[in-house]
This record gives sequence, structure tokens and C-alpha cells, in this order.
Amino acid sequence: MEQISVVVVGHVDHGKSTLIGRLLADTNSLPQGKLEQVRTMCVRNAKPFEYAFLLDALKDEQSQGITIDTARCFFKTEKRRYIIIDAPGHIEFLKNMITGAARADAAFIVIDAEEGIKENSRRHGYMISMLGIGQVSVLVNKMDLVGYKEEIFNEIRKEYTDFLGRLNVHPANFIPISAFKGVNVASTSDRTPWYRGMTVLEQFDAFEKGDVRASLPFRFPVQDIYKFTEDGDTRRIFAGTVETGKAEMGDKIVFLPSGKRSRINTIEGFNTPGRTIVAPGEAVGFTLQTQVYVKPGELMVKAAEDQPHVSPRFRANLFWMGHAPMIKDKKYKLKLGALRAPLQLVEILNVIDASDLTSVANKQQVDRHDVAECILEAPRPVAFDLSGKIRFTGRFVIVDNYEIAGAGIVLEDIRSEDSALRRHVSDREFAWESSGISSAQRTAAYGHSAKFVVFTGDHQEKTEVLAAALEKHLFSHNFKTYYLRMANVISGLDVDIKHESEVRDEHIRRLGELARILTDSGQIFITSLSNVDDYDLKTLELLNKPNEILVINVGENHFSHYQVALTLDVQAEEVHSLEKVAALLKEKKVILEYYL
Amino acid sequence: MTHLEKLEATSVHILREAYREFKSLVMLWSIGKDSTAMLWLTRKAFFGHVPFPLVHIDTAFKIPEMIAYRDKLAREWRLNMIVGQNTQAIAEKRTFPDGKLSRLECCKVLKSEALKHTLSGDWTRFRFDHKLGKYVEDTNKEPYTGVIVGARADEEGSRSKERYFSPRDRDSEWDIGDQPPELWGQYKTDFAPGTHVRVHPLLDWTELDIWEYIGKENIPVVPLYFNRGDGKRYRSLGCWPCTAPVESTAGNVQEVIEELKTGKLANIAERSGREQDKEDSGGLETLRRGGYM
Ligand SMILES: Nc1nc2c(ncn2[C@@H]2O[C@H](COP(=O)(O)OP(=O)(O)O)[C@@H](O)[C@H]2O)c(=O)[nH]1
Repeated sequence: MEQISVVVVGHVDHGKSTLIGRLLADTNSLPQGKLEQVRTMCVRNAKPFEYAFLLDALKDEQSQGITIDTARCFFKTEKRRYIIIDAPGHIEFLKNMITGAARADAAFIVIDAEEGIKENSRRHGYMISMLGIGQVSVLVNKMDLVGYKEEIFNEIRKEYTDFLGRLNVHPANFIPISAFKGVNVASTSDRTPWYRGMTVLEQFDAFEKGDVRASLPFRFPVQDIYKFTEDGDTRRIFAGTVETGKAEMGDKIVFLPSGKRSRINTIEGFNTPGRTIVAPGEAVGFTLQTQVYVKPGELMVKAAEDQPHVSPRFRANLFWMGHAPMIKDKKYKLKLGALRAPLQLVEILNVIDASDLTSVANKQQVDRHDVAECILEAPRPVAFDLSGKIRFTGRFVIVDNYEIAGAGIVLEDIRSEDSALRRHVSDREFAWESSGISSAQRTAAYGHSAKFVVFTGDHQEKTEVLAAALEKHLFSHNFKTYYLRMANVISGLDVDIKHESEVRDEHIRRLGELARILTDSGQIFITSLSNVDDYDLKTLELLNKPNEILVINVGENHFSHYQVALTLDVQAEEVHSLEKVAALLKEKKVILEYYL
Repeated sequence: MTHLEKLEATSVHILREAYREFKSLVMLWSIGKDSTAMLWLTRKAFFGHVPFPLVHIDTAFKIPEMIAYRDKLAREWRLNMIVGQNTQAIAEKRTFPDGKLSRLECCKVLKSEALKHTLSGDWTRFRFDHKLGKYVEDTNKEPYTGVIVGARADEEGSRSKERYFSPRDRDSEWDIGDQPPELWGQYKTDFAPGTHVRVHPLLDWTELDIWEYIGKENIPVVPLYFNRGDGKRYRSLGCWPCTAPVESTAGNVQEVIEELKTGKLANIAERSGREQDKEDSGGLETLRRGGYM
């Protein structure tokens, strides 16, 4: 049987819980005796009966008297099964409301006919639009309190249609109801002879379980890469959940942002019949025809389809749930698909009060419950889609101090030569105090120019041996050189870098700064790095500016766009490799011919 | 995708997320149908492998068939099986069956406390040694901070307020008022050092879903769930002094599914055979706060 989730939102006390309780009662979905039990309890406590009590499963929730979280109730019609999500209306529980609403296929917005449209009626409308819930029905509740007057209903309909229109939300209908009395909930009523539309129950069945995902390009966030070796398993499996589109065995695929390419070899599963094709929503695994080395978090797409954007910067709409405001120059964590990356707020373009859609001028920070349009930047390029095109890969959350504090959708790719790193380097160079000895003077005295030489490759030991050999070789020719062993930095200068997600980037940053200083001293500064990617090398190159870097790759070259200066064969003899490096240094005029 | 396929995909996603993010991760395996289905989902997620230890709290009052079944699967699936127990309370006969505690207190002592100390590593853990074919004292005393549990939202009111990833503070306390947001397949996976996290991959499943999945995938479950001629079967498994079977003629998975579908049991809570829940209307809630799942 088909099942869909429907969320009920609205301003606090406008009657969400009453509506759900009534629906459950009228469709015989309550456990036997439950209703009587609650009624008896109310009599015993001398409290008027409330349907909300039915839903208040938790003790302390009852004592507080407000729905603090998204309770889920189940009921079914002839057509299908429903999960009703009761989203709390109180602003303090916005993140609970969002948790509930984000799972929904459709939404009911409840508005109190007597009180009219309130702050959270609007705020929730905004959230519905941002969450991309396309199907909405508005319930004008407590019609009994306004004498079932059509004019009042029409007024609210007009005003709220207008408001939702500005958010590009177009409700399927407005239904005048009395949740408490059951008017137009499960059956029509002679109280509203002027209303000819659907009841709430009919509207449930009228929602469509639209799923556009299959018709979109293939998007597969790589959640993890497994190589379980037990029982002789040799598979290297790229695991994740298909967001959109389809892929088949043999399809040419690209990983982004790295740009690495391969083809799908097999589709893996456990205790499933062999598959040759995958579809949206499936949690699967792939093996590839040729091995590529990418990290979890990349986006796998098909080479033949529309490509996502790859850029460190983008413009987004976001809403903030964090207790601390979002501010510039602070490091946040971005989670987009399977990716986790550092993130900074570059610029606030506009802060909107979601309760009335007015702009709050000149804000320097995004406060709790604000909705903001802003420019965000990651230190390295990120793969994403624009939410208008493929919303499933065009949305993200922001983590601040261990908590999911913001959520947003991508509006535009802002490609720019400008980046936080470039700004940093230009600021640093501006402030740099030059030595009294010029680099030309040092070159003349030392017999060579300064250089940052980086050995890299899969075979860590091999690259380290070569780096050490080069240091010795150059030293024996009286050159000023130093080979920095990364282990020495990690347990010394970098010992304070603890935060898991930052470790790599921070090591690279400090190494780049160190290179800038040591090349300034005129040395040939050597190091050996394993497990670096294109962007790490670009970062080192930039941080070492104005001095130059030479990257020597040992073994198979995995870089997709960074041009390494030289690639050495792993099998080659050390002397031959050294000769090649020396030749390179000559060619690049690091060392002058007659010295060797 | 069918309803079951969707549930499976979500659970697999959550399990992979947990494995990716948490270094010291374990799964609680009560031997019941839910956590056994969850164990199966783990094999789905990791393509036949179970890449973290399974923890079982042995109260010494489990129905013996459950223990035999546990060890059989541990062998067959080469599970990294960890067993914890409140050996002291059992030795001192500080239990309900020994007449010294109420049912609820007994649960607290034999389950909650044993679980807490087994996870933290300050009580002895017993690990199944596949070479020796028996349990030996585990040398690993590191605390497990990520714990995967098979709670379902439909089981009890209190569970419908849960999250897939729920932090517990250091004392395993649970703040229901301030649960993290979960949206777009993004869960709270960042935690201050020392935080304990509960992961609930089965939150969206119902009792019927579990049985249908067991049927579809042909997952081996303890035969205690089926009528074996006496017109009774267990609907929920626990310790023998506190668990009663229900009247039922369902003798296999299909018949259990049929029985659930007829609604014969619809108005009887699933855990109604569990006597400890009756001592206090918020029984499970009280236990949850103490860390018992
Ligand atoms: N007269 C009248 N009162 C209603 C109706 N619906 C809800 N209420 C009352 O409005 C109050 C708030 O309703 P509740 O469902 O708890 O609101 P929630 O905060 O949106 O869940 C309660 O006292 C309800 O009894 C209705 O249709 N008519």
C-alpha cells in the first residue's frame, strides 16, 4: 500500500493537534478505549477535554501543554496509508518543526479564523517554500467561533494567497473547518452551505505523491568507500544513496570536484538479485572498471549528462536556528550531500523577517530564526546544483559548534577569482617586511635560487627516500637546502591541530606559510607529502607566493588538473630518479649548469 | 520503490552515516526480531560484512533458546560479539526472580546498569573468540560512545519524539526538549568529545514492517516468536520471569503477518506481555532516561 507523509503546521493554538486528534477519532484510527480514557482523565482532573491530550504521549509534554516535537501518527484511507506529522507552532521549536516538515510530501497550514494570520502562519509558509514542499492546503479553522461566516474565510484566503504567492507557493485549496466540531474534517457539514470543496480527508487523498527525481540527471553523493577484506573480499565499493536519476552498468562517470573519471563495473548489494540499473532513493554500491582515488563526499555523476556546478562560492538562502548568530570570519562546517567542508560567511545580502517578509536593513549577522540571502565560501571547490534545477543536490546544512544551526538552498554559483586564501596572501604580502638582502644577492652568493620542492605519490616511503636523497645530493654540492620531514611538524609545530575535519587543511596551510619563510631565506626547501589532491597543491603554490614551487610526482599520477613538473617511475633506480630531478632543477634555472 | 525498500534504504543510509562518523561504534543486539532485522540491515549496508561489535546484555534470565540462537548466528556470520552482565547483582541474588527487587528495579539493575558499564568499559566485557569457540574476557576497555539501537517510533509514545541520531549527555540523560534538527538526510553527527550518541535506524519501522521484511529477506529469527503447538507465541522477547506469550496459532512468518493484518492484536500493546511496563504507566520512559533502550 502506498504511504505518504503529510505535515500539519501553523501558529501555536490555531488547532493543529485538535485537527489531528479529530481525524484519528473520525477515521477510527485510535486504539480502542483511548478516547474514553482521555475523556475520563479530563473529567478526573476537572479539565475541559482536548484532542491535543490524545497526542501528548509524553508526560512532560502534557505538563508543559505544548507540542514540543513532531509527533507522528498513522492512519489510513481506502487509498493509502498516511503518516501525519504534527509540527510544533511555537517559535522556540522551529528546528523541530523543520525536522517534521522536511520529511513531508505535502502540508496543511492551519489558520485560526478568529485570530487570523499570525507571525508563525507566515513563517511556516516561508519554511514550506524553502523546504520545497510543493503541495499545500490551507485550513481555516475554528469557523464555529466566527459563525461560519464566508466573508471571514474569504478575507483570510485572499490575504494568505497573496502572501504565499510571493513565496511561489500555490495552495491547492482553502478549506473552512471546525476541527473541534468536526466540520469539513471527515465529512461535509450544513454549517458551511456556501462551501462546495473538499473535506480535509478528501484533500489527504487528493495529494499526489509526485516524484520528479527519476527524470533528473544522475547524482550520487559518495558516502563512503569500503574495502572489507574479511573472507577474501576484494571489492572496492563506492557506497551511497542515489539522489536523482538513473545509472547503469558500463556508464561513464565523473567524480566532482576532483574530476576523476571511470566507468561503472558492477552494482553491488547483499541478498538482492543482481541489478544492472539503479534508481533514486536506492542505497547502493558500485565497483568501477578502473580504480580512481577519491574521498568520501565527492559527487558521482554521469559524464554524458548535465554537470553540476563546481565552485568554492555560492549565493544561498538560509535560515538560522543556532543560539549563536552566524557571523563573518568564523569557521563553520558545510554538509552538502555526503560532503563535509569548512565554510565561511562572506557577505550578507539581505536578511528577511520571515514573519512578514520585510527586509531588515544593514545586518552584520544572521540571528536565530532569521532568513538570509548571503554569499558563502568553502576553502576549496564544492560540487552542487542550483536548487531551482535539482533541489536534492542544491541544499545543505551548516554546523556551528557541533550543532546543525542553519539550513539553506543554493541560488547561484558565484565564480570568482577572489577567495579567502587569495585575500589572505595579498594581505600578508602587503604587510611583509622585506629582508635587507635581496633574493638576487642570495642567489649569487648561494649559487642557486630558492625553491619549494614537493615530492608526492602513493608510495610514501619511496617519496621520503627520494626527498632525503635529494637533500643529501644538493648539500654535498654546497647548496643551501633542507628537507622537512612531516612527522616532525605533526608532533611539534602542528601538535595543537585537533579538530578532525580541519586537520588536513590546517597542516597544508601551515606548511605553505613555512615554505614562504624558508624560500625567502634562499633555500631549496624540500618536503614529501602523501595523500594530497589538486587543491592541496594549489593551496601550497599560492601560500608560497611570490616564490615558486616544483611538484614531483612518484608513481601513477592521480592529479586531474594540477600540472606536476615531473613524474618519476616508482621502479626506477634512485640515481636515475635523482638525475632527472637535477635535470629539472637545471631546466628551471634553480641551479646553474656549471655547479653540477 | 516499495514501502519496505524505502525503509531499508533509509536505514542503510543511517547505518553508513554512523559508521563513517563514529570511531567507537557498537550495535545493541537484544536477539529480538527488531534488532535482528537491524543486524540484517547492517549486512545490507556493508555488503555482507558487520564492521562493528554487537553488544548483548545478558541478564542471566533470558530464555535459553535466545542465547543458543545468538551464539549460532555469531558463529555463522562471524560476528564480533560482546556480552555484558551485572555479575555482581546476579551473584548477590539482587533480582526480581530472587524476590529482592521489583520488576522495574530489576530491569534497572540487570539491564540499564549492565549496559551503562559495559559500554563505558569499566565492567568486564566478554568477547566471542571464534578460534576457541567460546567467550573470553575482552582486553579492549575503551568506552563505546556511539550505540546503534533498534527502537521504533510506533512501539511506545515516548519513541515518537526520537531522532535518528540522538545525543545523550555524559550521564546518559536525554533532553527531549532540545533534540537536534534532522532534514534532507543530514543528521547531527558532530559531537563534543565524550558525548554519547544513540543511533536509531529503525525509527520509522512498524511491527508489521519488521515482520514483512523478515519474511521478504528470509531472516532467521528465534522460533519463540512462533506457535509450536501450544497455541501460544511470544510477541516481544525478554527475560522469562517477566515475559508472557500471547494466544496465537501463528506458526511461521507469513502467519504472523496475517495475524497482524487482521488487527487481532491491534488493541493490545506489543509489549503487553512485558510485565515491567505495567508497574508504572511511563515505564519505558523511566527506563529510557536511565539509558535502557
Ligand atoms: N472552538 C474551537 N476551538 C478549537 C478548534 N480547534 C481547536 N480549538 C481549541 O484551540 C485550542 C488550541 O488547539 P490545539 O489543537 O492545541 O492547537 P495547536 O497548538 O495548534 O496544536 C484548544 O483549546 C482547542 O480546543 C475549533 O475548531 N473550534
